[in-house]
Amino acid sequence: MERSPQIEISQLTFTYATAEKPALKNINLTIYEGEYVALLGLNGAGKTTLLLTLNGVIPHMVMGEMEGVVTIAGQDTDAMPVRELAKTVGIVFDNPEFQLSQLTVAEEVAFGLENLGVPQVEMHDTIHEVLGIVGLTGLHERSPFALSGGQQQRLAIASALVMRPKIFVMDEPTSNVDPIGKEEIFNVARQLNQQHGMTVVISEHEVEVMAEYADRVIVIHEGEIVLNGHPKEVFQQVKLLKEIGLRVPQVTEMAYMLDVQGRWRTGDAYPITVAEALQVFGDYRSEQ
Amino acid sequence: MTSTPLITCDHLHHVYARGNVTALNKVNVAIHQQEIIGIIGQNGSGKTTLVKHFNGLLKPTSGRVLLDGQDTVKRHVQELAAYVGYVFQNPNHQLFAKTVEEELEFGPRNMGLSDEQVIERREKAIEFFGLQQYRSHHPYRISFPLRKLVGMASVYTMQPRVFILDEPTTGQDNITTRTVYRLIHRLRDEGKTVICVSHDMILLAEVVDRMIVMRNAQIIADATPREVFADSAVMQSTRITPPQVTEFGVQYTQHRTRPLADVGPARTVVLSVQEAIDALFIGPKG
Repeated sequence: MERSPQIEISQLTFTYATAEKPALKNINLTIYEGEYVALLGLNGAGKTTLLLTLNGVIPHMVMGEMEGVVTIAGQDTDAMPVRELAKTVGIVFDNPEFQLSQLTVAEEVAFGLENLGVPQVEMHDTIHEVLGIVGLTGLHERSPFALSGGQQQRLAIASALVMRPKIFVMDEPTSNVDPIGKEEIFNVARQLNQQHGMTVVISEHEVEVMAEYADRVIVIHEGEIVLNGHPKEVFQQVKLLKEIGLRVPQVTEMAYMLDVQGRWRTGDAYPITVAEALQVFGDYRSEQ
Repeated sequence: MTSTPLITCDHLHHVYARGNVTALNKVNVAIHQQEIIGIIGQNGSGKTTLVKHFNGLLKPTSGRVLLDGQDTVKRHVQELAAYVGYVFQNPNHQLFAKTVEEELEFGPRNMGLSDEQVIERREKAIEFFGLQQYRSHHPYRISFPLRKLVGMASVYTMQPRVFILDEPTTGQDNITTRTVYRLIHRLRDEGKTVICVSHDMILLAEVVDRMIVMRNAQIIADATPREVFADSAVMQSTRITPPQVTEFGVQYTQHRTRPLADVGPARTVVLSVQEAIDALFIGPKG
């Protein structure tokens, strides 16, 4: 099936008004409908800056100089108000508390809909539906601030979902939640992608989880894209990733260390998941 | 260990008046000098309530907390703060001065030390945390990982015997995370006790000597990381996902007739990439 490009970035360079050096340099990138894309990079590499160009906050709300073109679902972001882009691109950040403002969970979700001028009757159904998707059914009347970190983050996701975006962007969404919260957020992201066909773009430090979930991994370093491909391909570049200072999945690291010691069978790909490791290391073990 | 514990909780019970919620249910624990301890548990399991008793921010509803043998109820919060330092998860909740240097002078000055001593403490902290380049920077205009280090450094200036680090590595990349691991070891080398409230599985597997697992206001496991990761009942009830190599080791043993080599008291549990390689290829020791 031919998939259509949903995010097209061409020759993008962005320099914050307060900075001398550009935060993003000559980015060229195409993301297709229904992809699950993981964005990896050190703190300060440009991940958040890149994500903010997807919902138009850059260039519309952040001072700086932008060159190049960002096209979302065929529309140039430069020509689209942020309010309009919010219907196509939903975004959540690392700190859910900063994104919540209302007295109840239901009001929080309704907030975006009211801004769109959706009729009351329709609103009720939509709220019910999105709270179901993120697993917060029954908590309609709860205060957002009485929720756990993981629940708050899922509420932030629900609030963005009511706009029925085609693209969901998450900037380190699990940084401030406990292990159950992490699992819940990764599950919701996967569900949006697989069951609702949304394009998901997520920046994350948890490489092992991304090795399992993502269709594509993009590595950004000092404002430039240095690797872009299937996780299996990208995580083969252990030497480059280590030079940058990034981690690879632990089972990949195992294979790489054996390779450095001359104990790896030439031609074998490094495993990136537990399932792959069980296969490839099983063989190695029996050869001993 | 035979030394007197630095911190002892004896049937520590805490009920939050609001909502009548039991946050700690008769907890017993002893913490010694130079231990590196990881405390893990889901939100609401009681871990924050527990560590807030260590520095006297909370007082027991019943039971006792002893610091160096003395009941915390009888000591001032300020005195306790000099004994047990608390580094916040979010450094913005902790930092307020205009420069890093000023930030690092505040604690010692507040303790009533002389100007000379204040400067000595400040310089020692700058050296220890490698902040030489950032002396005159505004704490809010440096990167998040550096701000976390300034938060740790400001507690270090007060030279407490115990450091409580609340999620010291969250939101950080691999480079800054490794820096934090090294600093935790250096603190221990200086004789400090370090307690990390953390969900960073690599920190728990490779850095701490002891893991305390909390659930429903109680400690459900208090053992080495290897023993905790080997305890499938604890892992399942708390829904903690172990490091990828540990999971690999467990599944490997389930799927093969020949288990991974014996790498420790809890057989087949590997905690690091190197251990996994050793277990696979070198075989049992001895």
